Amino acid sequence: MRYLDEFRDADLVKNLVAEIDRTVTQPWVIMEICGGQTHSIMQNGLDQLLPPQIELVHGPGCPVCVTSLELVDKALAIASKPDVLFCSFGDMLRVPGSHGDLFSIRAKGGQVRVVYSPLDAVKIAQQNPDKQVVFFAIGFETTAPANAMSVLQAKAMGLTNYSILVSQVMVPPAMQAILGSPTNRVQGFLAAGHVCSVMGYWEYPEIAERYRVPITVTGFEPVDLLNGVLTTVQQLEAGKHEVINAYARVVSKEGNLPAQKILKQVFQVCDRNWRGIGLIPQSGLSLRPEFDDFNANVRFDIADIQTKESEICIAGQILQGIKKPPQCPAFGVLCNPENPLGATMVSSEGACSAYYRYARNESVNV
Amino acid sequence: MCLAVPGKITEILENPGLKMGKVDFGGVIREVCLEAVPEAQLGNYVIVHAGFALSVLSEKEAQDSLAAFRELGDLETELSPSQPD
Repeated sequence: MRYLDEFRDADLVKNLVAEIDRTVTQPWVIMEICGGQTHSIMQNGLDQLLPPQIELVHGPGCPVCVTSLELVDKALAIASKPDVLFCSFGDMLRVPGSHGDLFSIRAKGGQVRVVYSPLDAVKIAQQNPDKQVVFFAIGFETTAPANAMSVLQAKAMGLTNYSILVSQVMVPPAMQAILGSPTNRVQGFLAAGHVCSVMGYWEYPEIAERYRVPITVTGFEPVDLLNGVLTTVQQLEAGKHEVINAYARVVSKEGNLPAQKILKQVFQVCDRNWRGIGLIPQSGLSLRPEFDDFNANVRFDIADIQTKESEICIAGQILQGIKKPPQCPAFGVLCNPENPLGATMVSSEGACSAYYRYARNESVNV
Repeated sequence: MCLAVPGKITEILENPGLKMGKVDFGGVIREVCLEAVPEAQLGNYVIVHAGFALSVLSEKEAQDSLAAFRELGDLETELSPSQPD
């Protein structure tokens, strides 16, 4: 495919690895924010091509992983209702709640459907006027415009049976939470390219300056990721901490202004609880009060949720780059993609799932 | 969820109130909302998330960066003249 194959070219990969080899003189810890980047790194073996001085740690950019247990439990409760048709991105179905997952709700007769886009859920609402259609609106800034647009579209169509259960989160507050933690090891960031395609990267210089870390806006293909590492290492070696856009074919400094306008029309900034990490102030988006009619939290009164998290799972420490999946006693033994203890083992963006799938632990049987 | 590959716009559908288009992802064609990329033209490549186009790919920036990465290889050859072919 055009603009894909070129950025997976083996010769260009070799050129970039050689340049990184020439540049690095000491150990550096670099975090890639986005779980999609983690999977691309593992799938393509980029971690094994890099010189040993460079350690990549994996960030919290996996929306399925950080959706709070309370919200997952709420989703399970709503999806269990007989008049509800519950729509979700596919990744969310196997995420463990306190008692079961969306798959188990479906097995018990609940109507749970996987959709590619929230706009598909709006169509389902239009076709099923006798059902309450609820979309699980999870994600970072990448899915927020689509989720917002679904609400605007439902409103324009006069639908009264469409609502969304919102778990939107934002990247910059999470970066600051990681950098401000006493256990932080991260010295440089590969920023999530597609989040920046929406929001731009004008927010990052302040973070780079305050914490003195270089930040490189980075894409997802092998050549993009290695270029992100090279750019970050060049800065680290030179003692610089600037924000550099290494994904200019997709990202501009100001981002996508029409998408930001749609997002701000529907959502407002709120505090958000991140699974495994805890409350991060001003790190989420919630529906503005004028869209209460489309707010599943308002429409369905779900009270008395008693959450129960796995006592073994260390997903929270993995999401903050403190530990790596093989350091978990349950990894590959009690916990695998078919029977996950934590969401990081489920998602196509979760770090545990990447380590399991691409066998980064010799004890894993695959 | 944040993974996306560039797809080529093959059709622009002017629905009232919602600009949609058909986008070809290496043979798989999907309807995509183009509301946030008003500048998008037929034949452009777009980055799409959850059925919503977020960015029109700059072909010039793509070519420029590929050329820079190729030059790295030329530089390496210059720096290592003693290496056998």
